[in-house]
Amino acid sequence: MSAQQPISTSSEWTFELIEEYDREIAKIAKEFGLDTYPNQIEIINSEQMMDAYSSVGMPIGYNHWSYGKQFLNTERSYNRGHMGLAYEIVINSSPCIAYLMEENTMTMQALVIAHACYGHNSFFKGNYLFRAWTDAESIIDYLVFAKNYIAKCEERHGIDAVEQLLDSCHALMNYGVDRYQRPYPISTAEEEFRQKEREEYLQRQVNDLWRTIPKGEHNPQALDAFKFPAEPQENLLYFFEKNAPLLESWQREILRIVRKIAQYFYPQRQTQVMNEGWATFWHYTLLNTLYDRGKLSDGFMLEFLQSHSSVVYQPPYNSRYYSGINPYTLGFNIFSDLRRICENPTEEDREWFPDIAGSNWVETLHFAMRNFKDESFILQYLSPKVMRDLKLFTIIDDNLEDDIIVGAIHDRDGYQKIRESLAGQYNLGNREPNIQVTKVNVRGDRSITLEHNRHNRVPLSESTDEVLKHIHRIWGFDVHLHSTDNGILCESFQCPKNDNNK
Amino acid sequence: MSYIIDRRLNAKNKSTVNRQRFLRRYRKHIKKAVSEAVSRRSITDMQNGEQISIPTRDISEPIFHHGQGGYQERVLPGNDQFVQGDHIQRPPGGGSGSGSGEGNASDQGEGIDDFVFQITQEEFLDFMFEDLELPNLVKRQLSVNEKFKTRRAGVSNQGSPGQINVVRSLRSANARRIALAGGKRKRLKILESELAELEAADPVLRDHNRIESLLAEIADLRARIQRVPWLDDFDIKYNLQVKYPVPTSKAVMFCIMDVSGSMSQATKDMAKRFFILLYLFLQKNYEKTEVVFIRHHTSAKEVEEEEFFYSRETGGTIVSSALYLMKEILETKYSPSEWNIYAAQASDGDNWNDDSTTCSKLLIDEILPKLQYYSYIEITPRQHQALWEEYETVAGAFPDRFAMEQIVDLGDIYPVFRELFQKKTA
Repeated sequence: MSAQQPISTSSEWTFELIEEYDREIAKIAKEFGLDTYPNQIEIINSEQMMDAYSSVGMPIGYNHWSYGKQFLNTERSYNRGHMGLAYEIVINSSPCIAYLMEENTMTMQALVIAHACYGHNSFFKGNYLFRAWTDAESIIDYLVFAKNYIAKCEERHGIDAVEQLLDSCHALMNYGVDRYQRPYPISTAEEEFRQKEREEYLQRQVNDLWRTIPKGEHNPQALDAFKFPAEPQENLLYFFEKNAPLLESWQREILRIVRKIAQYFYPQRQTQVMNEGWATFWHYTLLNTLYDRGKLSDGFMLEFLQSHSSVVYQPPYNSRYYSGINPYTLGFNIFSDLRRICENPTEEDREWFPDIAGSNWVETLHFAMRNFKDESFILQYLSPKVMRDLKLFTIIDDNLEDDIIVGAIHDRDGYQKIRESLAGQYNLGNREPNIQVTKVNVRGDRSITLEHNRHNRVPLSESTDEVLKHIHRIWGFDVHLHSTDNGILCESFQCPKNDNNK
Repeated sequence: MSYIIDRRLNAKNKSTVNRQRFLRRYRKHIKKAVSEAVSRRSITDMQNGEQISIPTRDISEPIFHHGQGGYQERVLPGNDQFVQGDHIQRPPGGGSGSGSGEGNASDQGEGIDDFVFQITQEEFLDFMFEDLELPNLVKRQLSVNEKFKTRRAGVSNQGSPGQINVVRSLRSANARRIALAGGKRKRLKILESELAELEAADPVLRDHNRIESLLAEIADLRARIQRVPWLDDFDIKYNLQVKYPVPTSKAVMFCIMDVSGSMSQATKDMAKRFFILLYLFLQKNYEKTEVVFIRHHTSAKEVEEEEFFYSRETGGTIVSSALYLMKEILETKYSPSEWNIYAAQASDGDNWNDDSTTCSKLLIDEILPKLQYYSYIEITPRQHQALWEEYETVAGAFPDRFAMEQIVDLGDIYPVFRELFQKKTA
């Protein structure tokens, strides 16, 4: 370790110091090969942080009561001291916007810069899901377009009408995601132009589908065989946008806006563990390197380690603070252990990770960051040592059994099972009920039928009826939902409820 | 490359609109909470904000979820006692079990909590008086202690230097200069052309005397033109600002309360709550509100607030004494053409037997014609007495200005208040 020449010793921050820390951290980040978007660091106060909080991480958002609810909630917990605000919020855009709170000490600001501006930022730029699904350059433009468009709709059609529609869209937000198609970036102006075009074109298409004028001679068999949609559709919002019979064009556009925003957040929902783990690993590594070079004081390090360890604290399952697995802890442990496996592999590591034991750790970590999402990342890299450290075990809750059964623990027999089980827990496909549009009665009562395929016999929750009301609002005609288990019908929902359904 | 931007001075109320949207959507809940708060609160903090709580299930945003049951597997951290194959009893109560072992039992309890948030004082009052209106129209009047506004009223010759109107001043100076020097300039022109003619003549034939006198006259004229001042005192014009009185709306509220021995402290407290509600409501509607407190037993007296509510006296009850006093004060201080006059009377209904007819007569003939509104509340669980019956005839005579209600306990006050001031749709 070289002689200490710390950048600062006081806990007060200044703009010059922030700049200097940023420069030093950037230098080291470059040595480790972190490739980032340009950074835009914005200093804000706690009230602004609360605002940023309540808009679910969108720097510009349209108005909706649910954000107000979020805000009131945040404000209350904060004012009562129940909750500290997050130290930072970072937005996946280019330049990558990171918010720093003015209340933070210099140490916290440096931590946040390392965490957000180099950790998260490089993840946004590198990870394959973000590369495929989001456009860092155009997202701000799109949000501006969305906000203006919705404000215009409110003027024209009334706040209530827009609010109701948004409620319904939000209920289906998780089902507004294209999983297999790549959207491409366009600017605000282009977006507006296209919106006009779409409006006209779409309405024509829909009218065609619902044409009621008889087409003349046809045989009834062909009519029966006519099936719409031809394949089951999983993107419900997209399907409604294109096919719902009664929507006006502005309503279709709002569906589209909500769908687009859902799409933008889709990668974040799939990479929580990796994203936080990666950022945490890098703030830890970057600041430690900086310390090794004598740029940080001991006091700085103590404060930093204190907050770092509270970030990665994992309360055990029986603690009253337990609320699920802490993604920071899990991700940080996996990445740290990956580095250890590369640098100091043991016999066990050579057996479990023959390819990477002893390899260059920087390259290995970057490879892992780029090419995986939570599910596959855990499946690939969760090492026996991490499972032992976190003392992971699985429990099986089967309604056919009297008791809950411990399925596997952190021992030789259990490693593989825990790995698979934990990976499954992060599979969005398992976490959300699998619901698809299977049939629309085009020539009859125009009712729509959705099908839920049960995974491990797990039924739908009681909120289902409420969601169906929202679907009914969008679709405008009867909605049926069949919950099936391997093709066997278990439960049916419908909206509006049929009174004489006995 | 990083840009560092200081955004601390940017607007911080980005969420205001969303917050308003939320309040708008749940106004029914909030109104209910407000009306509960009004009856519960102590009188002094009637004006504070309020904590509102709404059941979480009412504001949830439903999405498709997995329910309980089926086969569910979970990974938990911090194993301290289990080995593979252990059986754990299901936590009680959950029916099919929570699927997450002991860990989540407390979390799920949290979900049932109400959603709690704070509204400000202003919002509180808005919700409190929503859909209520003051009956009869609001008079806007000029009064003695007016507020004034100034406005431009052309130009004048007097004023302060700060108000000088430069354009008008120079214009009038220009006019004066033309007026004073115009004749001389004309003459000067003639003389100059004559001089030029003379000088153009052959030197031999020149009339030197004439030239001499012309030159002298020209010099004299030039000097006189010179002497006309560029700007004179009376050229200067000032912008004229005139004050004009702004009509303000103002109201006076008479609080009349019986303080005879039959009124207990609890009864007075209820009366006070009613008065305060009325006062806050008037304050919201008028720019200026005055309050006159009249207490009475067998005789009436105008008093200060403190004495009105807290001093005790005993004796019989003659309601008309208070009405006479009110009439007197009205005549001396509050002309009905200037003031919006409201009165609220609280009593337990006791009165001297033959006084009640006097009261109703006084009200009908003298007082009510001048008033915007008179409300009478009787705070008693007992049967009505003569006063109530007499007042019913008053209500018959002035259905739109006179209202009466009975209050039995604290919880009645706000509903009765709302009843009295309910917006009447034509």
